[in-house]
Amino acid sequence: MTSATAKLTSKDFQSDQDIRWCPGCGDYSILANVQRVMPELGVPRENFVFVSGIGCSSRFPYYMNTYGMHTIHGRAPAFATGIKASRPELSVWVVTGDGDGLSIGGNHLLHTIRRNIDIQILLFNNRVYGLTKGQYSPTSRLGMRTKSTPDGAIDHPIDPIAFALGAGATFVARTVDVNAPHLQEMLHRAHAHRGTAFIEILQNCPVYNDDEWIELEDRKKRVEASLVLQDGEPLVWGAEDQRRGIRIGDGIPSVVSVGADDPVGKGVAIHHERYETPAYSFALASLQRPEFPLPIGVFRAVEKPSYERSLAQQVTDAVSERGEGDLAALLHSGDTWTVDK
Amino acid sequence: MSSKPKESIERVAIRFCGDSGDGMQLTGTKFTESTALAGNDLSTLPDFPAEIRAPAGTLAGVSGFQIHFSSADIRTPADHPDVLVAFNPAALRANVDDVRSGGMVIVNSDAFNKKSLLRAGYSEDPLPAIRDRFRTLEIPVTSLNREAVKGLGISSREGDRSKNFFALGLMFWLYNRPMEPTLRWLAGRFKGDVLEANTRVLKAGYAFGETTEVFPSSFVVNRAKIQPGTYRNITGNTALAWGVVAAATQMKRPVFLGAYPITPASDVLHEVARYRHFGIKTFQAEDEIAAISSTIGASFAGHLAITTTSGPGMVLKQEALGLAVMTELPLVVVNIQRAGPSTGMPTKIEQTDLLMAFYGRNGESPVPVVAAATPGDCFYTVLEAFRIAVTYMTPVIMLSDSYLASSAEPWPIPEIESLRRTDVEFRTEVEGFAPYLRDPETLARPWAIPGTPGLEHRLGGLSKQDQTGNVAYDPVNNERMVELRAEKIARIANDIPPVEVFGPERGDLLLVGWGGTQGAITSAVEEAQQDGRSVSSIHLRHLNPFPGNLGEVLGNFEKILVPELNTGQLTSLLRAEFLVPAQVMSKVQGQPFLIEEIRGRIEAMTDKKKSSKKKDRK
Ligand code: SF4
Repeated sequence: MTSATAKLTSKDFQSDQDIRWCPGCGDYSILANVQRVMPELGVPRENFVFVSGIGCSSRFPYYMNTYGMHTIHGRAPAFATGIKASRPELSVWVVTGDGDGLSIGGNHLLHTIRRNIDIQILLFNNRVYGLTKGQYSPTSRLGMRTKSTPDGAIDHPIDPIAFALGAGATFVARTVDVNAPHLQEMLHRAHAHRGTAFIEILQNCPVYNDDEWIELEDRKKRVEASLVLQDGEPLVWGAEDQRRGIRIGDGIPSVVSVGADDPVGKGVAIHHERYETPAYSFALASLQRPEFPLPIGVFRAVEKPSYERSLAQQVTDAVSERGEGDLAALLHSGDTWTVDK
Repeated sequence: MSSKPKESIERVAIRFCGDSGDGMQLTGTKFTESTALAGNDLSTLPDFPAEIRAPAGTLAGVSGFQIHFSSADIRTPADHPDVLVAFNPAALRANVDDVRSGGMVIVNSDAFNKKSLLRAGYSEDPLPAIRDRFRTLEIPVTSLNREAVKGLGISSREGDRSKNFFALGLMFWLYNRPMEPTLRWLAGRFKGDVLEANTRVLKAGYAFGETTEVFPSSFVVNRAKIQPGTYRNITGNTALAWGVVAAATQMKRPVFLGAYPITPASDVLHEVARYRHFGIKTFQAEDEIAAISSTIGASFAGHLAITTTSGPGMVLKQEALGLAVMTELPLVVVNIQRAGPSTGMPTKIEQTDLLMAFYGRNGESPVPVVAAATPGDCFYTVLEAFRIAVTYMTPVIMLSDSYLASSAEPWPIPEIESLRRTDVEFRTEVEGFAPYLRDPETLARPWAIPGTPGLEHRLGGLSKQDQTGNVAYDPVNNERMVELRAEKIARIANDIPPVEVFGPERGDLLLVGWGGTQGAITSAVEEAQQDGRSVSSIHLRHLNPFPGNLGEVLGNFEKILVPELNTGQLTSLLRAEFLVPAQVMSKVQGQPFLIEEIRGRIEAMTDKKKSSKKKDRK
């Protein structure tokens, strides 16, 4: 198989379908990066399955020359669960959005993450409904004015990272649509993880919510606006001469100025992906603009048994304990009686 | 051996009833096992309260189990029990009006105290009036039971729990049933003093029958003349679960069953979950939608996929089912119907989801529909549903109901070789592949599963271009695809057996039934035929599409009556499809049809032909 996969390029993952996203949509960049990474994963192309629900992001599988399913609104994680649970050898990727994944599909996202089935979930967060033409979403900022909220949104948004952590996610990461190297690194990490890998991808919708993430996308601004998480490194960000750091005391984060000093000496927290407790990751997830930089990178990566492997193990154990199923023996089990001629 | 005389009878129906904590279902099941081993034909019907633990002694907490057994052919648990065994006043009150007039009523007289009479809503002792209507036996079961367990190291509460076995022992004696199967079961289940208590009590009940003055004789129901073969007792839900296992072995593909707990379908999930060694994977999903969605995913991945539910869950599955129609993936969706609308009466029977099976989805969305007729038939019907699903690449709805689910009948165990095998073929040939190219005969599209090199393709719910399956909004193409999907389902009619008429091929009245009402309809028709009436019946397993000869059969009768446990759903379909004046016989009381109800309707619609004697028919 390796020889066959070695020859693949990103072109092999492009389908013949015309892409129908609006010009300038962040989805283009995400698609290109996913197609870049796929050939590098050592998986035969025929073993990839892309599954989506409904929404702009959910068109994604049509553009991937792999197996794919464009399903119904919000339910992609459930379809993916059936695919992965029945065929653990497949590499299953869910593409969803903030409306599809966190509104109508919140329940499935929660339970899929909780089961830790070994799939990758890419949640494109543009903080708006695109396909239905511009209503506010569960991640929209309080007060956001849209067609359905002419006086401003009055419900409190949910943070996708905190949601995933709350569901017991074993792998949680955040990245940005146009940050190609970082996005690619996160895709590699997600694929390598054994269990549900959840990535929030900040994505620009130029039509209904333009520049929502401009601070994270713009090369200059992001130095000040984002904190790049690196395992074992202190939580520092900012330009070389005015570095600042995050201190976490009693679970509450605060900003300390570091400058040229040693961050550890200043009490800046060291990033660890593998804390058993999610408390630290929750503290990181609470870092929001504009008070704090927005962290990008891997928030949490821990090992837990995955659903499909445990299920397959139960089948293997049942066969070794009881032998392969025998239908005649089953039908004759328990009390039977024979009527003679 | 009993020294009292034995009286031979053809058939009898007994109903055990008591508080839901009194162990009535267990009593009934154990009596059924012994009756099956005694070689009688039988039919049983449990009746559970909807509440898990209703207050003790109240009407809401009454649980019952009816068994009908005979030395001749029987098809239903009987309209009216001949014998009622009531453990408390509430059970008596809830059931006594069903008893055949002049039948026997056995009560636990210890339970008839002021407090429990009040709890049952009796303002005065009902027994004097009962004595006038029935042969009434008042037996102090609680005290006799305490007597039997005296001296054992168990609490009085534990001791009282075995009193159902006293009644069971007594009924074993009264109807000359073997005690051994129950004794064996007890020995495998309990140890020490609890085993000893139950064993003693069972035997004490038996001995009580033998020695007491109140029973001058016991009864014998001879073996029924049934087809030779090996039999077992089976409920519809067990048969259904085993049919799922059989699908795995007969189609040589692993099964994936996704389900969410719901009454009365959960037992199928429980049962199938025990058979992992058949390579079966079960998945308890977070909700009904995830249950069907996961199975569609498993189907895409090449598994035999099935999801099981009941009415309220079926409603939730319809959107995903529409996707399975659009993506043309094989899938079996089982709806074990219960009384609605909404939550309705979860443990009671109705056949009110037929039109939902036909029309419950948005758009033109045809799905084959099959229905099981008897508990044992659930086994074959689910196999048939899988056969249609994989042969035609389509989701299939199988309808069962809460009556079939929990009632039991003796079931001739099939020879494995006699079971139909359906080959499952996956597309592997790359040359000329397109996801929506069709088999010229069945119109099925290829099943190309992930992992097959060169066949990478995308499926989805958006309108499809013919053959390529690419997203397409072309109006003419859309209409063509609607027609193709409909035509594919319609062609299944060429591949199912013609409907068989029970009775003469033409005549005055034809009864048309479907689902779990077969026993009552056939019994009523048979009685009316013996009465010299011109009446026949048919029972539909395939509802969509209908069997090819159905129109012709309907045309051979002057009147058509459709007994169904809804307000006329099949009736509407028949009228619409065949333009025949079908009349509905409707019942929506959460109870099955009584034979006498159907017979009454037949009598009102036909004449008793004096000339036609039993012997000159046929
Ligand atoms: S509406 Fe927004 S998210 Fe949707 S395709 Fe257009 S730009 Fe992208």
